[in-house]
Amino acid sequence: MKGGALVFLATFIALGSSWCGFVLAPELQLGTAKQTTVLNSSDAYPVQRTGDATLGLQVYRASGCAACHTEQVQQDGVACDVVLTGAGKNLAAVSNLVSTLKLNGLTKDEADVASQKISVAGGKVETHIVATGADISRGWGLRCSVTEDFLYDYPMPLGSLRVGPDLANVGARLPDANWQLLHLYAPQSVAKGSMMPPFRYLFETRKIGNASSPDALQLPKELAPPAGYEVMPTDEAKELVAYLLSLRIDVPLYDAPFTPRAFTSKK
Amino acid sequence: MIVNEISPDQLSTGKIDASCRVPLLALFGGAALWLVVGLLLALIASLNFHMPEKFANCPLLTYGRVQPAANDAIIYGFAIPAALGVLLWIFARLSQTELVLPLVPIVAANIWHLGVFVGIVGILIGDSTGYAWLEFPRGGSVLLFAAFLLIAISAVATFGQRKERELYPSHWFLLAALLWFPWIYSTANLFLVAWPVRGVAQAVISWWFVDNLIFVWLALVGIGTAFYFLPKLAGRPLQSHYFALFAFWTLILFSTWCGIPQGAPVPAWLPALSSVASALTIVPLIAIAVILVKTVCGANVSCKGGPFCYLKFGTTAFILSGLMLIASACPQISCVTEFTWFGPAQTQLQILGFFAIVMFGAIYELLPRVMGFELPFPKFVRLQHWLFMLGTVLLVASLAIGGIEQGLKLQNVGIAFLDVTQATLPFLRASTLGLLFLLLGSLLFAANIFVMTFKWKLALFKSVIAAVKAPLETAEVKS
Repeated sequence: MKGGALVFLATFIALGSSWCGFVLAPELQLGTAKQTTVLNSSDAYPVQRTGDATLGLQVYRASGCAACHTEQVQQDGVACDVVLTGAGKNLAAVSNLVSTLKLNGLTKDEADVASQKISVAGGKVETHIVATGADISRGWGLRCSVTEDFLYDYPMPLGSLRVGPDLANVGARLPDANWQLLHLYAPQSVAKGSMMPPFRYLFETRKIGNASSPDALQLPKELAPPAGYEVMPTDEAKELVAYLLSLRIDVPLYDAPFTPRAFTSKK
Repeated sequence: MIVNEISPDQLSTGKIDASCRVPLLALFGGAALWLVVGLLLALIASLNFHMPEKFANCPLLTYGRVQPAANDAIIYGFAIPAALGVLLWIFARLSQTELVLPLVPIVAANIWHLGVFVGIVGILIGDSTGYAWLEFPRGGSVLLFAAFLLIAISAVATFGQRKERELYPSHWFLLAALLWFPWIYSTANLFLVAWPVRGVAQAVISWWFVDNLIFVWLALVGIGTAFYFLPKLAGRPLQSHYFALFAFWTLILFSTWCGIPQGAPVPAWLPALSSVASALTIVPLIAIAVILVKTVCGANVSCKGGPFCYLKFGTTAFILSGLMLIASACPQISCVTEFTWFGPAQTQLQILGFFAIVMFGAIYELLPRVMGFELPFPKFVRLQHWLFMLGTVLLVASLAIGGIEQGLKLQNVGIAFLDVTQATLPFLRASTLGLLFLLLGSLLFAANIFVMTFKWKLALFKSVIAAVKAPLETAEVKS
């Protein structure tokens, strides 16, 4: 290379091309994304988080929760489960079939064969689509995370390291706000062996006034404040919990289909 | 000593070195300080794995703040200013001219370190932007950007004054780095902080930025520096310029597309493209490895813990870190290593094992020339080399092995998540020990830099005093 201009040109070409590929193109493809709808339904998805939960994301950011938690469930693929919804008249034959046939984790064709056999015997069946993969089996979600889930989030809390469990669906997994507050105050008290540092600075210990506040934490004996005092979550703690509870990826989408639990429970 | 430059007479070399003195001291002094601060913060963050209850009441020291603060202190506080100082000196030497606009980098260095200070404090009080490696709040980023441009102006002006028009391979790498950083830093700050784009496009831009900063930028500067110093230290010319040109082109063409994780919730073409680019990154890696081996082997120089050792270790670490990057972008491997400590291990190897060590080697080699006197503690150089080697190996190996084990266990659904994390604890604790060695090493580096600065200031002060006290020459005394 003879001159500096040529080096600048080379750099411009190399970095410019990747800029177009990884900055411009995703922005063109995803930057104008709009709400979509839940699969087989007219419900809009995602819904804007509530005010508290939106503020909670900022507490999540400021505390650096994403240093240890991801918010992206992954899946290997999908499988079909054949679910019996009605036994019909020929009870013995159907129950015999159900106990002998493999009904879970099937391919589409296998599921068709199985449901055909049971239908012939008079049973009523449904074929359910389920996501598969380690994250799904760990109960971290019913499907993988997809682009739609993050439409309203800023900053993007995807995370890259799982020192703690994935939180993409924590609102559906652990929906108890009190449990969440207690877990923030003293993680080891509710999750034995947890490595999470306590976030006690999100709480304040104060003197009980006329009557103890209904919001005060119900702490186990060894963590309880001295008599006459109570531990109150600050607004930040409440917002953070509101955000955590708003994290749910429990509806099927066109990109990530599955048969929701509501149907499953019918059996 | 000087292989690549045409007949430099001793006097002008001395002048060139002297012209860099104050800017380099301003850059390196802050860099040494931030390295100590950064490693100290990293150690505090790591202590969370020994006693998670310790910092429960202190928001400033919670893991999620200290860890990014440590990362940023090391990369923005230490790595970039050290790189810019070395770059200015190499440019001045290669151009055979004194540093142009020497005042500008002095001012810029102070702006830069102020920006880092604003940024680190911002992260610790909870003002982080929430994007990895870009956590500095706006005020800090603006200062950094302005300071970088100022230094780049001085560097490019010096480059323009060069006597030998033909470019040396280091020129390509370092010039590219000068354009690279403002481009990626402004893009990331504009689209993620100032006017954030919507949805996961943010994440894609963030990954693009991180890859281009941590892998490409550090590689450009580190390898450019190694291509300058290794031939000098080995006493043989670079083998060869054409091969270096090939490595340069392939590096900037391929590795700038890496960095999108395989399972990310983004359109599938993005990780697929990134995976292909990562596989192709093997080409510049092999080219660089061949150049290094051909240049270094056969050199009849023993390194004795000096700069030559530093550069050899650092460049080897670069090859390893590149291989780890390629491995973790391969879908079959990434399904195990993703979301584990393997990723941080690769990043730490790149920053501390490769880049920091190459910078130490370069600084120890150039600083005595720039200052005009020897290092105050020459024995520290060897000791620090050992500490950094040991520290890096401990840190990176324990995180990498722990990460692979963590990944394998995460795939095995039979093992409860808490047991998986518990099993990583011994590895994390070993990595704390590695950080401790690194911190000790960085203290030795800081001692050398600061005592040197102090000695120089003392000498300056003495000469001023002497000039004031000196009796007037008789000719000037009016009768």
